[in-house]
Amino acid sequence: MTGPAPGQVTAPEIDRLEGKDVSTNSLKASTDRGRAGDKIFSGISLAAGVLILAVLFSVAVFLLVQAAPTFVADPAEVTGGNGFTAYILPIVIGTVVAATIALLIATPVGIAVALFISHYAPRRFSRAFGYVIDLLAAIPSVIYGAWGYIVLAPQLAKVYTWLAENLGWIPFFTGPASQTGKTMLTAGIVLAVMVIPIITSLSREIFLQTPNLHEEAALAMGATRWEMVRMAVLPFARPGIISATMLGLGRALGETMAVALVLSPGALVASLVKSGNQTIAAEIALNFPEAFGLRLNELIAAGLVLFVITLIVNMIARFIITRHQEFSGAN
Amino acid sequence: MAANQTLQRRQSHLTRGHLPSYAVWVVLAASVVLGAALATLIGFSVVGWAVITAIVFVITATIVTAVAEGERKAKDRLVTFLVYGAFLIALLPLVSVLWTVLERGVPGLNYNFLFTSMNGVTGAVDNQALENGTPVLGGAYHAVVGTLQITLWATLISVPIGLLTAVYLVEYGAGRGLTKAITFFVDVMTGIPSIVAGLFAAALFSLLFGPGTRTGFVAAVALSVLMIPVVVRSTEEMLKIVPNELREASYALGVRKWRTITKVVIPTAISGIASGVTLSIARVIGETAPILVTAGFASSINMNVFSGWMSTLPTFIYYQILTPTSPTSPDPSTQRAWAAALLLILMVMLLNLVARFVARMFAPKTSR
Repeated sequence: MTGPAPGQVTAPEIDRLEGKDVSTNSLKASTDRGRAGDKIFSGISLAAGVLILAVLFSVAVFLLVQAAPTFVADPAEVTGGNGFTAYILPIVIGTVVAATIALLIATPVGIAVALFISHYAPRRFSRAFGYVIDLLAAIPSVIYGAWGYIVLAPQLAKVYTWLAENLGWIPFFTGPASQTGKTMLTAGIVLAVMVIPIITSLSREIFLQTPNLHEEAALAMGATRWEMVRMAVLPFARPGIISATMLGLGRALGETMAVALVLSPGALVASLVKSGNQTIAAEIALNFPEAFGLRLNELIAAGLVLFVITLIVNMIARFIITRHQEFSGAN
Repeated sequence: MAANQTLQRRQSHLTRGHLPSYAVWVVLAASVVLGAALATLIGFSVVGWAVITAIVFVITATIVTAVAEGERKAKDRLVTFLVYGAFLIALLPLVSVLWTVLERGVPGLNYNFLFTSMNGVTGAVDNQALENGTPVLGGAYHAVVGTLQITLWATLISVPIGLLTAVYLVEYGAGRGLTKAITFFVDVMTGIPSIVAGLFAAALFSLLFGPGTRTGFVAAVALSVLMIPVVVRSTEEMLKIVPNELREASYALGVRKWRTITKVVIPTAISGIASGVTLSIARVIGETAPILVTAGFASSINMNVFSGWMSTLPTFIYYQILTPTSPTSPDPSTQRAWAAALLLILMVMLLNLVARFVARMFAPKTSR
């Protein structure tokens, strides 16, 4: 590449000397500016990406810093008087129990609804049905909580009384049943309602990706619709169903408002129809606004525990999804 | 002649062993009658009737099919019933929630509710309104202001970061290790419990500005932690479907990469991006838990997000239900809570509709 000879005045320089707008008629100047623009733009978009990683990292760090006093505090000063482990363990169990109830209900229903939308409903309406289920996901959690508190719990109270009278020998249904219906089982049911749309929408996506050839081959062999679903759709979608369930589990573990409103908290009890039990998220929401001092650190430490649990669950789910994508036969 | 043909078809060996199409309806009618009879025996209620009818119908229809058409067909029919039933079960809570909110929310949603705050409304005021039969005083104006302010600030923080990250992931970082890491952790971030996001913002600001710092802005930061991954994911999907030919045509004209992105790629995808952003707003506008731990609770109007506690519609609903203004007669508080719930649902539905409208009306013109 040959530059201008020394002493020779180039066209852009004349323009600049004459006070003209350099950028409009000078190729060189415009490429310089363009190069700078390229660098700046790629730089700030990189920075935005790195910032996200930094935020996630700092979530962990800040929670850890604020939670630290709890771990070194005198066990007698922690709520309950027996140290942090004794405080956190019952509500971790409560969280897991609530999420388990929710999943036991939501997984079969969610998958069946997804099958309904992808393979059973009349083609013309299946899109509309999909929107309807998405509506379930759009309703804010506090409204589900209010609905559970005012509408669902009083209805279920009668069922609980019946369960405690007739099935009281099962530890889960030991009486006397709560008269308000604000129990672990109610919380689990409300959580299930909130988890169903998550499981449905993810499973539906996977069901629709089933290779048509597999389905048609099964039908051509004389399979009924259910046999086709069992032989072609479900095996193809198994990893997707597992990860959808895991993501639903993550949501159920972290859901706050439904439990905070629907459950009247108490000590850990085995019976699901008595009031009692508590989840981490609801414990934080109910106590944080009035907390100060060590109690504040304690609740943040509880939040850290919840964060770690949901992080593990979500990472496993995402891992299954990405591994499935790489080996997917659909592409 | 025609009747004769139908007769022949019925007797053809291809249709032998098949139940006629009306058989299911006959079984259903019988189940409804039987269900009514059984429900009356144990104390009649519509719910009991429906449940018994459904159980009787599913069992009878399956047995009838098994006898007439064989075990495989019966299993197929049973699964079909269960799948349809699951959909109906999933609809129940949706219908119930929407009906409850409408029925209880409409009476309270009036001009007074929309344009007054809870400032000066005490338990005594509520009791008096009940005794005299006058309209319930106090409203959610402060909560509406808080909701709009906090959501606006969360959007202002999240959209640039989310958009630029998506641009990096799709346009610059394809195939790099950093891209994989960001994608993975954005997905993980989607699953952060909302209350943990709130705790993070609370912990961050109490380290920076002293313990107990609670303002609308802290809440906005908490909400953006929840909003950013949604914006990144939806924008990324939209940028990915912009055809490569458009980029290459632009490069062929000698246009710089950043000009190509800002003038060609983003304008092509803007409808999808806008609808994704709207959906993410709809998601965070109903969040309660992060607001509880970051913005506190206020009963009067606070226009300044940088100082003082704030209320939003979700926290307003929560506190009105859990701690009624007048502990002895919670009815006025419940009425306000449902009116606020109706208002919140209307906002969320409106945002969802806007998102669908934007996505459809300004869809990228990629078809040839």
